[in-house]
Amino acid sequence: MAKRYAEVNKNRCVACGECMYVCLKGAIKIIHGRYALSNSDKCIGCGLCEKSCPAGCITMMHREQVSE
Amino acid sequence: MNKKVKKWYDYLWIWSIIYFVLGFFNILCAWLGMIDFVVPLIFAIVGHNKNFCNTYCGRGQLFRKIGNDYKCSRKNQAPSWIASKWFRYGFLIFFLTMFGNMIYQTYLVAAGATGLKEVVKLLWTFKVPWGWAYTTGAVADWIAQFSFGFYSLMLTSTIIGLFVMMLYKPRTWCTFCPMGTMTQSICKIKNDNDQVKL
Repeated sequence: MAKRYAEVNKNRCVACGECMYVCLKGAIKIIHGRYALSNSDKCIGCGLCEKSCPAGCITMMHREQVSE
Repeated sequence: MNKKVKKWYDYLWIWSIIYFVLGFFNILCAWLGMIDFVVPLIFAIVGHNKNFCNTYCGRGQLFRKIGNDYKCSRKNQAPSWIASKWFRYGFLIFFLTMFGNMIYQTYLVAAGATGLKEVVKLLWTFKVPWGWAYTTGAVADWIAQFSFGFYSLMLTSTIIGLFVMMLYKPRTWCTFCPMGTMTQSICKIKNDNDQVKL
């Protein structure tokens, strides 16, 4: 499993869908037109979504941080 | 990594270019821009989603194309206030006010209170003569007035979008696009109690 995964700040997300477009693994979906949600199981931690997000609401988290 | 297969809707950026070219030669084609206003609202109201922004928005695709493929974007992170709620809703109110003003101008022409102005107003300020794109008397004056007003709105928003595309990330316009803000708000109201499934 990848060391990192993408996490979306729902409150800042504008649901433009750019992250969903760039994600090569289909790990991100726009939920009911409200915000993006990343599936950490599918996420390979490439960071493309973080780089492309115009609202700056995606952060790459380390897996270790999940258990903390 | 897998490479995505392009679908027909990945080429809708071409439509954005065609729209502005058509409007350059015949201003009445500006009415076609209503598609970009009505369809996202239908998606939001009927489908409760932002599929238009996510998949079918030709303008967003155009910014992505120019910014990424033609490397015209610095790809810097935009200041956080650009995606803040007060700025997004403030810009939406401003945009709707300007849209209302444009409708009022159309009404004045329809009522005969004022004459047709064959100009395109850029950034709500600068009047650019656009008379070549319209043959006087071809249609009712108010229809032509709406075309000039609507084309002005479309061109202005594209100029702002291109400007922020160059300074920041390609689709920075999408963070405060009035249609995006409006449709997201509709989705939030409609889907408030929906369960999330990935």
